[in-house]
Amino acid sequence: MAEGAGASASDGTPRRDFLTLVTTAFVGVGVGAIAWPFIASMQPARDVLALSSTDVDIAPVAEGMAVTVMWRGKPVFVRNRTPAEVQEARTVPLSQLPDPATDQSRVQKDQWLIVVGICTHLGCVPLGQKPTDPRGEYGGWFCPCHGSHYDTSGRIRKGPAPRNLDVPQYAFTSDTKIKIG
Amino acid sequence: MAIGLHDSDFKNPVIRWVDQRMPIFTMMQKEYGTFPTPRNFNYFWNFGALAMVNLMIMIATGIFLAMHYTPHTSYAFDSVERIMRDVNFGWLIRYVHMNGASMFFIVVFIHIWRGMYYGSYKAPRELLWMLGVVIFLLMMATAFMGYVLPWGQMSFWGATVITNLFSAFPFVGDWIVTLLWGGFSVDNPTLNRFFSLHYLLPFVIVGVVFLHVVALHITGSNNPLGVEPKGPQDTLPFHPYYTAKDSFGLVIYFIVFAGFVFFAPNFLGHPDNYIPADPLVTPAHIVPEWYFLPFYAILRAVPDKLGGVLLMFGSILVLFVLPWLDGSPVRSMRFRPVARIAFLLWTVCFFVLMYCGGMPAEEPYVTVSRIATAYYFGYFLVILPLLARLEKPLPLPESIARAVLGGGGPMPAGAAAKPMDKA
Repeated sequence: MAEGAGASASDGTPRRDFLTLVTTAFVGVGVGAIAWPFIASMQPARDVLALSSTDVDIAPVAEGMAVTVMWRGKPVFVRNRTPAEVQEARTVPLSQLPDPATDQSRVQKDQWLIVVGICTHLGCVPLGQKPTDPRGEYGGWFCPCHGSHYDTSGRIRKGPAPRNLDVPQYAFTSDTKIKIG
Repeated sequence: MAIGLHDSDFKNPVIRWVDQRMPIFTMMQKEYGTFPTPRNFNYFWNFGALAMVNLMIMIATGIFLAMHYTPHTSYAFDSVERIMRDVNFGWLIRYVHMNGASMFFIVVFIHIWRGMYYGSYKAPRELLWMLGVVIFLLMMATAFMGYVLPWGQMSFWGATVITNLFSAFPFVGDWIVTLLWGGFSVDNPTLNRFFSLHYLLPFVIVGVVFLHVVALHITGSNNPLGVEPKGPQDTLPFHPYYTAKDSFGLVIYFIVFAGFVFFAPNFLGHPDNYIPADPLVTPAHIVPEWYFLPFYAILRAVPDKLGGVLLMFGSILVLFVLPWLDGSPVRSMRFRPVARIAFLLWTVCFFVLMYCGGMPAEEPYVTVSRIATAYYFGYFLVILPLLARLEKPLPLPESIARAVLGGGGPMPAGAAAKPMDKA
């Protein structure tokens, strides 16, 4: 048999099978290496990440009022709750909640509730920020798309939404300023 | 086998089930597996496959760039800079796309040169050749519009100069230019439509490439001897012989490509295109991209607006009738001692034009351009038709196998199946 011309039948590993496997492996690695930067290019770019936190001045928000701010392209509800609303959120037994969470676990300062204003059902923005809006049966927010009712702690109480409104990462940078994200 | 099903040779039940209903596996096996290919290809025959790969690279990188690009005069330049600085691997994707255009023209120029040297345009491959010229024209249009998109100074003034070419045509010229611009100068409507067309044309190229390949698979490939294969002794199955040879060429191509992308990404570009477009200031020395320089030199060689434009377009359109200008039945220049020299001189003229096109429009470049332009057309319109009558070609080999293997008659039947024993 000529050198390298065909199978080295003695050890049962044909040379061509080996070459085919090596070639296929290298093609696989190569395709993966090429695909990587293409897929990575679709992830958020540096300028998008640079804008991923928002500073909010909460001094002008009077008790009982709320503001909506943009954070990462989404609305965030900042609400200055009245003592009655806080009281209401804290007296309800956890067993009545579809997604049990205490009000204390969802706020840093008792009166200030900060939640992402996106209904956890299918992504609509619930009503309840303006004094004239319907706030649902529990005095928080009401999503008009499919009828989800949130309470004064932003927790789901009634309707198809599966989870409470998300609490974003935030910190009080002073008594009247918060940094979201 | 049920009536209406294709008679498939595949044993794997899933492949067989599909193949019986839509015989793409049979077709691939026939066209890229066992396809009989002349056994004597040299590396010039890699460039068709390289061009195909290059087209796919351009489409892939282009689609991803379009996800980040904004076709508006106020944002285009900044969006390209954002791709370079902020988008993950944006620099890589853009540099691959940018240098990919240059690589595409390098590959295609060599591919066309190969066809001209080895007479691949001659009967029965005239339509195959003409489809190739169509692809080349589409490539030039696509590359031109792509160069406008970054909206730098060269983008803007290149677009202005090239669109103004059409104003040379009598009566309809101004109407055409206004139509191209969508306004009264190169502006936002122009940029928008160029982006749209720059996205469209590559897919038109894919369609014409498909026709190009269909025509190729009817006539079969030409080869360095220009002698048609006469039987199985003259051919090899495409796979594994030419898949392997093309793969090797592809690796070399990737090395050159990567050399540009990683070590000299702006070597073939022009620094002025990193200055945002300014309709009030023309750069002192505007030049098109390097691959348009020979044709730009022809344009400038003619001291008449319409004449220059016609000659420039004519320098490519003449390729359409090349199969009929060259009446010699001998394809390969290897057997045409006079035409060979004439063609190599033409090649020199092409590079001379490329050089002059990048130089200022002053002496001695203008005179040199004129001489080179005269020879460029003289080769096609005078020398080739005359040589078809006057030249005495060298004797052609009896067959490919005979020329390759030296001596001996035609190989016995089935010889090509085990070529390793005889090489």
